Amino acid sequence: MSEIAPEAVAEQVTPSAPDATAEVGRARRRTEDARLITGRTNWTDNIQLPGMLHVAFLRSPISHARIARIDADAARARPGVIAVLTGADLAGEQGSLPCAWPVTEDMVLPDHPPVAVDEVRYVGEPVAVVVARDRYAAVDALEAVDVDYEALPAVVDMERAIEEGADLVHAGEGTNKSYTWVFEAGDLDAAFRDAPVVIERRYVQQRLIPTAMEPRAVVCSAVGDEYTLWSATQIPHILRLMLATVTGIPEHRLRVIAPDVGGGFGSKLQVYGEEVVCLLLARRLGRPVKWTESRSEGNMAVHHGRDQIQRLSLAADRDGRIRGLKVDLLADMGAYLMLVTPGIPLLGAFMFNGIYKMDAYSFTCTGVFTNKTPTDAYRGAGRPEATFAIERLMDELANELGLDPLDVRRRNWIRHEEFPYDTIAGLTYDSGNYEAATEKALRLFEYDKLRAEQADRRDRGDPVQLGIGVSTFTEMCGLAPSRVLGSLSYGAGGWEHASVRVLPSGKVEVVTGSSAHGQGHETAWAQIAADRLGVPFEDVRVLHGDTGISPKGMDTYGSRSLAVGGVALFNACDKVIDKARRMAAHLLEADEGDIEFSGGSFAVKGVPGQARTLQEVALAAFAAHDLPKGFEPSLDSEATHDPENFSFPHGTHLCAAEVDTETGFVRIRSYVAVDDVGKVVNPLIVEGQVHGGLAQGIAQALYEEAVYDEDGNLTTTTMADYLVPSAADLPTFTTDRTETPATTNPLGVKGVGEAGTIASTPAVVNAIVDALRPYGVDDVPMPCTPERVWRALTAVRRGSAPPGGAPGPGAGGGLGSTEGTPGPGAGSGLGSAGGAA
Amino acid sequence: MIPAIFDYVRPSSLSDAVAALREADEEGKVIAGGQSLLPLLRLRLAYPEVLVDVSGLPELRGVRDDGDSLLIGAMTTHYEVIRDPLIQAHAPLLAAATATVADPAVRHRGTIGGSLAHADPAGDLPAVALAMDGVFVTSAREIPARDFFTDYLTSALEPDEILLGVRLPKAYTGWGFHYEKFHRTAQAWAVVGVACLVRRTNGEVAEARVGLTNMGPTPVRAYAVETAVADGPASRQAFQAAAQDAPDGTSPPSDLHGSAEYRRHLAQVLTARALAAAAGA
Ligand SMILES: Cc1cc2nc3c(=O)[nH]c(=O)nc-3n(C[C@H](O)[C@H](O)[C@H](O)COP(=O)(O)OP(=O)(O)OC[C@H]3O[C@@H](n4cnc5c(N)ncnc54)[C@H](O)[C@@H]3O)c2cc1C
Repeated sequence: MSEIAPEAVAEQVTPSAPDATAEVGRARRRTEDARLITGRTNWTDNIQLPGMLHVAFLRSPISHARIARIDADAARARPGVIAVLTGADLAGEQGSLPCAWPVTEDMVLPDHPPVAVDEVRYVGEPVAVVVARDRYAAVDALEAVDVDYEALPAVVDMERAIEEGADLVHAGEGTNKSYTWVFEAGDLDAAFRDAPVVIERRYVQQRLIPTAMEPRAVVCSAVGDEYTLWSATQIPHILRLMLATVTGIPEHRLRVIAPDVGGGFGSKLQVYGEEVVCLLLARRLGRPVKWTESRSEGNMAVHHGRDQIQRLSLAADRDGRIRGLKVDLLADMGAYLMLVTPGIPLLGAFMFNGIYKMDAYSFTCTGVFTNKTPTDAYRGAGRPEATFAIERLMDELANELGLDPLDVRRRNWIRHEEFPYDTIAGLTYDSGNYEAATEKALRLFEYDKLRAEQADRRDRGDPVQLGIGVSTFTEMCGLAPSRVLGSLSYGAGGWEHASVRVLPSGKVEVVTGSSAHGQGHETAWAQIAADRLGVPFEDVRVLHGDTGISPKGMDTYGSRSLAVGGVALFNACDKVIDKARRMAAHLLEADEGDIEFSGGSFAVKGVPGQARTLQEVALAAFAAHDLPKGFEPSLDSEATHDPENFSFPHGTHLCAAEVDTETGFVRIRSYVAVDDVGKVVNPLIVEGQVHGGLAQGIAQALYEEAVYDEDGNLTTTTMADYLVPSAADLPTFTTDRTETPATTNPLGVKGVGEAGTIASTPAVVNAIVDALRPYGVDDVPMPCTPERVWRALTAVRRGSAPPGGAPGPGAGGGLGSTEGTPGPGAGSGLGSAGGAA
Repeated sequence: MIPAIFDYVRPSSLSDAVAALREADEEGKVIAGGQSLLPLLRLRLAYPEVLVDVSGLPELRGVRDDGDSLLIGAMTTHYEVIRDPLIQAHAPLLAAATATVADPAVRHRGTIGGSLAHADPAGDLPAVALAMDGVFVTSAREIPARDFFTDYLTSALEPDEILLGVRLPKAYTGWGFHYEKFHRTAQAWAVVGVACLVRRTNGEVAEARVGLTNMGPTPVRAYAVETAVADGPASRQAFQAAAQDAPDGTSPPSDLHGSAEYRRHLAQVLTARALAAAAGA
């Protein structure tokens, strides 16, 4: 193993000091925030149209049943009710919701009507729709719709679902398996043959409910044969194409607008039945309609995330070098395949190897139908699951070999001088420096000091034990090179579009196909354009999210906006400059080759004082009185960028967790995230993305789980049962960056939107397991609730005695280390209240 | 979700309020801060025909020194309880427990009367009222705390009975106190909570009061623990031993946040911690 002086490594990648005059690199506050936070803006639910009707959906209370009869007469007779429609009423026009990712040729793709026709297959599936004059009347009428269900057996457990003779979600398909997808590289048999160390584990990625702050909402109007649909969506462009396909409304007659959208995290990367139905209702009734979901409705009907069972085998040499990795997944599709449902686990296929070198790798994934809400993209989409698996395995390997978890990683990771590196999974990592990020993280974390404290607590048998969790992650993002998507049978490309309009006054409109829903594009895109064009930040306006205004785009997901859409903008700006240079040369009566552009001004080389600003050139182009020969009187330009590669942000995350061995409560003591996202346009936005991502990843580790009972009833329908942590539950994060620019785009940027979520889950679970290792605990299923931690301890206590030196059952006096921690959070973070507050 | 249709009245006299409830004939519901009732209405788990808003009734306002006891008006908000000087002097346990309720927005609207009348065993205040032998003063009578909580979300209040306030004896002034709340997130309800008062003399525990949150369909007094620690040493070992009795006679629920078995275990650990904190051990 080659050792490099950490300082030397770190120096190469210290984030560049921002240029005082440059916009890119400046920590600007987001200009859109004032309106978003106060709500005085275009949230879909704020939209009021004259004569607008209100829509409510009746949803199945049963996970699997035949619909024997629906009697809606009483509902239709209620005051204010305009229409009640069942799936049968809509059968002729509602079509089937699209799945754009047929991952194998023989994939089972069942029909998916927006409103169920004869059978319901998950709790929350729409069975009827009410249209009324106001929302109250619509919701009241739901209770008057009488549905006879004939219950069918519920398929809830994935492993049982694929057994011979299992009950079927879709009887007509004859199987609960949707597909099996395989990837193999290297000689796996050779890697495992005579391997001195083999680690085998089964991990469960629990089902999660994406919880965007803004619930879904749709407004639709029909004027003549022109349709406008507003939706709280991440994907106005994809949605428009898909709605046209499903409903037969010609694409050019349909305008889709994503006004301000309050978060999505993948859940609004979807073509939802409610969107289709609102469009059909506007067409049928000739009046605008609105639907806004409630939180408890959303918990059942927004697509869910994760839900995988992972069977993993890792073969290694005694020195810790990985020989091979075998991954066998069951992925819960839920009841239907939605837009990219089957592909989500496959986005992880290329990531289970993480940042490590190995000789052989095999990945098999079987998609399984169950009577549950369909799954689809959720922040990280496939990559958090993969990262969890490999980062947990690295800790298990370290434990097996008696090595420090960081040493095992160092022995296997790609060294910085090895980039670009072709991984076993077939990707080319363009750049990175794992050594530098790790060294920086260790310093910020005070790793050695915490290890010493851990040893001390172990020696003392402190009931509150300390654990240290490591996660050295990478991810593939910036989705995606179109040719790669094509090779994976994805239904579209991965390019992005931007155009730049220079107005006669010299102000600039940037139009992007990325569809921001909380990421801060309006600020970051303006920074990029301001720098590139040499105009003031305030002079740039960013337009997005409306197929009437930004007609081309592939929208926002997969940490792609900057790495793909930002580059499109960069290229479009360059085209503006090229045009303006020609115009300026003409105005200055100079040769185009003698024109230099800088700081927003075109000057003649070597002739001081001879210059025109971009604004002057724009006005001249607008007037068009005096143009170069053959020049079109416009500086406006557009660019479509198809990335040549994914981008590969990486980082080292370290988590210190205190585990109360008496109650099982876990408190995160400190958390250090050093991320390398390449060049940074706005450090404040990056910081925000990392914080939010960490919160979501930690939430998977500790709090969140969509729970179904054995009949397929979702029991976590409210936020009292589905626990989303708040700032009060999270530590103050220590964040920092290293910077290895991406080499495959001119901005040098990598994505950041998902990094925190991908990295943090294993860091937290590794910390918990590390704390409990001396007791013999080697896993706690997620979320690591206090009861689960306690049960893990109870199970090993009932089994073998803990190793010497470790606290045994009931050791330590049973009161936790409450010394010197007054008031709430006494030592174990229990929020206990001592004395008056 | 949104509630079904209901009528709303806001009487300005107690007799009008009682009359409004009587007229509603069991289909009426008192509304105070609405922090428990409105979620039930919105989820359509309750369909009252009339809501009788009691925020305009002077009888329900303020915290009064009544000699041997404090009378805390039902409409006193959590926020006010936490800051009230009389409560801080004579019932700091109540202030401490109230400070753990929900979040600032809920604490500014929710009331002590609503919390108690709601009779949620997972609520933090019922166990405090029980531990302190509070007396519930209503529009019709006085009800001792041990008779007030009759079942899950059910109190002894009649449909036309209004809670005016709760009387807390001053007898506990100066006792050591602690509310130990175990919850998964800061805003979550208690999985288990322990309300504890300890009187010490000469370094020993003279007597103690222990009320348990969420260990059954109603709040529970851990009498066995109280007996076990009385006239004993104020040591962690002693508290731990006594706390083994905390789950005696309880029937804790099993739900998403914890099984009954786990809650019994927690009751032991948390009771030991609460006793130690209250006793300053
Ligand atoms: C997000 C959230 C988190 C919460 N977390 C906690 C927590 O951690 N711990 C906790 O203890 N509580 C918690 N609560 C509940 C909170 O404490 C409520 O304020 C309290 O339970 C009810 O008080 P209220 O004034 O809002 O009563 P309301 O909601 O108005 O009424 C509640 C019930 O009491 C009845 N009622 C109210 N006043 C009277 C009266 N004077 N006479 C007769 N009947 C009356 C009503 O008819 C109703 O049945 C939480 C609430 C929310 C919304």
